[in-house]
Amino acid sequence: MHVLLAGVIFGAGLAVSGMTDPARVTGFLDVTGEWDYSLALVMAGAVGTFGLGQLVWRKQTKGRAWFSTVLPVCDRSLIDRPLVIGALIFGIGWGLSGFCPGPALVNFGALRIEALVFVPLMAVGMILARVLVGADRE
Amino acid sequence: MFSASYSPWHALVGGVLIGLGSLIATLATGKLPGISGVVSKILRRSKGEMGWCVIFLAGLIGGALLAFALIPPAAVYRPQHSLPILGLAGLLVGFGTRLGGGCTSGHGVCGIGLGSRRGIVATLTFMAAGMVAVYVVQHLSGGPRP
Repeated sequence: MHVLLAGVIFGAGLAVSGMTDPARVTGFLDVTGEWDYSLALVMAGAVGTFGLGQLVWRKQTKGRAWFSTVLPVCDRSLIDRPLVIGALIFGIGWGLSGFCPGPALVNFGALRIEALVFVPLMAVGMILARVLVGADRE
Repeated sequence: MFSASYSPWHALVGGVLIGLGSLIATLATGKLPGISGVVSKILRRSKGEMGWCVIFLAGLIGGALLAFALIPPAAVYRPQHSLPILGLAGLLVGFGTRLGGGCTSGHGVCGIGLGSRRGIVATLTFMAAGMVAVYVVQHLSGGPRP
């Protein structure tokens, strides 16, 4: 139930913030055009809420979460080549489409044709990353 | 405050909701709910994690569809480019997010929110790459404008 509620809140946030509209995303990335700063406000709201929330929670509970789970801690591993190259490739696809995975899934759910094309190929890309370069092996 | 047309308040309130949803999912599972990671766990049928991942994505889509229906500016949708370009973009987004270990939510919201250097570097990198891609498409090739 908690996870379902979390998903509903997250999804509503994506829609309310305008991030499910690809033109609003490319409007942010189009820095030499008529710049749309909305995405920066969305990130500030999301990072601020998540960051402050987890910090306060961690202080109050010594790092425990619900259902005897533990709050994840910051990944302190080094900046490596896969991180940067992966982010570069993702960024190009993001700029070309205005879709990152969350909004793409939402528009897939809304049966919008662009996302019906995008999401299956995104899944193929994820599987290729695992098969070809061993990403995501646990 | 919440006008009938899109305003900066929508961006800020929507952002807070994204952060809150991420926080609740984290507290409930002990895992970071980066969307690309969640999708990948479903694709590879990750043991013990399939359940919450499917429920989270169902909620994500349901919550957004609800907002589309109730809040008119949320339903605005202006797709970019032709389907072949979007297909290519899908491949790049899928491959890149898994190679880099996260997307806008995992690296951007959760990573930066935890103060992770990897999250900050990844986010600055994909934003810069996205800006270059948009510049090339919209200004150099004279391609379609929104």
